[in-house]
Amino acid sequence: MEPGGGNRLSQVDGPRQGRVLARPGITAMRLGSNKEDKSMKLAKVLSVLLAGLLLGLGSGVALAKETVKVAFLGPLTGGVSAIGVGGRNSAELAVKLRNADPKAKYHYELVVLDDECKPNTGVQVATKVAADKQVIAAATHYCSVVALASVDIYHKFGLPVVVWGAVHPDITYGNNYKEIHRVNGTMINQNEVAAKFVTGLGYKTWVLLYDTTDYGKGMQQYFSKYLTENGGKVLGSFGVGADQQDFTSELTQAKTLNPDVIWFGGLTPLGVRIRLQMDKLGVDSQFQSCSGIISDAYIEGTGPLAEGTLAFREGEPVENLPGGKWFLSEYNKAGYKEAPDAFGPFAFAGMNMILDAIEAVGPKRQAVVKWMGNVKDYPTIVGPVTFDDHGQNISPAITKYVVQDGKWVPWQDSEYASGKRQLKRR
Amino acid sequence: MDLGLIAQYVANGLMMGLIYALVAVGFTLFFGVLDVIKFSHGDVLTWGAFCAYAVYMGLEMAGLHYPALALILMALCAMAAMGLLGALIAKVLIIPLRGAPPLNVLLITLMLGTVLRESIRLFFPDGANPKHFPSLLPAWSATWGHFTLRFDNTVMLLAGLMMIVAVQLIIKRSKLGLAIRAVSQDGETARLMGINFNLVVFVTFAIGSALAAFAGLTYGLYYNELNFNMGLLLGAIGFSAAAVGGFGNIYGAIVGGFLFALLQTLGAAALPFASAYKDVFAFGMVIVLIAIKPTGLLGEKETERV
Repeated sequence: MEPGGGNRLSQVDGPRQGRVLARPGITAMRLGSNKEDKSMKLAKVLSVLLAGLLLGLGSGVALAKETVKVAFLGPLTGGVSAIGVGGRNSAELAVKLRNADPKAKYHYELVVLDDECKPNTGVQVATKVAADKQVIAAATHYCSVVALASVDIYHKFGLPVVVWGAVHPDITYGNNYKEIHRVNGTMINQNEVAAKFVTGLGYKTWVLLYDTTDYGKGMQQYFSKYLTENGGKVLGSFGVGADQQDFTSELTQAKTLNPDVIWFGGLTPLGVRIRLQMDKLGVDSQFQSCSGIISDAYIEGTGPLAEGTLAFREGEPVENLPGGKWFLSEYNKAGYKEAPDAFGPFAFAGMNMILDAIEAVGPKRQAVVKWMGNVKDYPTIVGPVTFDDHGQNISPAITKYVVQDGKWVPWQDSEYASGKRQLKRR
Repeated sequence: MDLGLIAQYVANGLMMGLIYALVAVGFTLFFGVLDVIKFSHGDVLTWGAFCAYAVYMGLEMAGLHYPALALILMALCAMAAMGLLGALIAKVLIIPLRGAPPLNVLLITLMLGTVLRESIRLFFPDGANPKHFPSLLPAWSATWGHFTLRFDNTVMLLAGLMMIVAVQLIIKRSKLGLAIRAVSQDGETARLMGINFNLVVFVTFAIGSALAAFAGLTYGLYYNELNFNMGLLLGAIGFSAAAVGGFGNIYGAIVGGFLFALLQTLGAAALPFASAYKDVFAFGMVIVLIAIKPTGLLGEKETERV
């Protein structure tokens, strides 16, 4: 070992190598600099010209407006994407209309993210949006499982959100987070109304099927609670997998129990399968479900078998809403290919409140949270909104729906209510 | 439990078992000739079903509303297309990897499965949503107590069984089958005897994939619904069925398929806990069976293959 050997070598070699290498480099630079001078001049002239052009163009439209980011999260792919895309379009419409409004103080940019109705994806996109400090507020989630999984994240990052579709009570009531608000109702009100209504129709016995996610279990819990309170009898209750394909075993069992009604707590894809397989097995009970299957995809998926399906949802049908007609005409004017679907108006109302908040208190998350906390009888297209101390809108009406001729029709307007048509087993 | 109810469970189980058996036969064929496990098999089934659906939509658009004609065309197109796809997979992915460790084939086909699945979701029009598959067979049915016998299910069951018998006949009776069996016993010697090794492999993969397409069509007709990720679980079940029955043995695959359906039905109907666990129960039983008999119920005597 020769101490310092390496040093000596580098001392000798380093500069020599450097010199050798540097020489061609220097010449190259010198050669290049002439060319660069010319191109630099050209670039300067061009950039000045371009800047002038941009200024001239921009000054007419949005010279002084600051751009503010807001976000929309929902299921844009997967089984319930029809609702997600309808919600996205509606939220986008709210932003477009605001941007077209000359009185608006800010220019809004909508960030759209797909939660795929899966908690793991939902948590990722929620973190992405919450961690982006430029995003001031968001309209979030149709799927309860995703909303439940992501509320903690919004709270941690202090991002104010307005839920536009998810119905599980714990999203607002399971925590004390000031950031979380919801314009639509919870499954508690929905199931209370549903149980009262169906027992009132004269049905006595039920078999319940539900998916074993928080959403399906919650639905089952509240529906069976209110059902027994109203004198209905549950003959059997089956939890099923959230991607289950074959329900023939469960339905065969249900068939032997011979209930007046088969009730399903879950989302559209499973609802479609259960309804189709009921028919295959010759089960002639009435089919009843929840807000999870109120979608155009359910009717498309089941075809003629959709007829007479009962389901319940928060809020009024779009046409009957205070601003529903206006909303639909604006939606059609914007030229969206897809329908706003069931929860579009809620997404529109939620996003519109977010924009109102930013207009009122400026693009600061904390200020928006504070503004939302004081919302009382606030006029929206889904009716007046009042947030309670958990951020839950306390005045949502529940509408009863029945499928008639391939459309979800409010019960009171249907031929079933007038007695012209009959539900099964009445 | 009364007789009608049991009959209904048996009928449900037979239909599921048929679909599983059709998938399992594919797995066992591939394993037989090349000792490979092709994990994209379930997604080939999905492609087959969507292919049939596309043919149906095309016929509807052309204004041809003849269910029988549609059904035959759908079956032929789907099976031919998937047969080609199967041969292509063999040519591009399986044969070139012959010398590589078996794990590579397993991984590469697993990834191919994801590509196939996601491509339906992304590129099929509105592919992320469930599709309503038409009922093309007459919906006649007869009911005895709790049992409903459906004409369409009976036809599907018979057609499926005929399909399996046909494959069995090809393997056992034809010259092509002889070549397939020769390759599966000893590829090198078969080559020396003048058998076109690659051709035999392509044909075997084509047959297996066409069976998957048939299973996809049956699935669509039985459930009247398609979705892009339906092949994932079916692939896993078909693979387990082939393993339980014994890889390389067609009878084993059939037994395995029906056994798995029986276990699922038992899990849902006879056990006291929630039916949400029926798949857990069925797969658990598969683990137990494989632990007891690693070569499968009707597996080959030698264990070196597994």
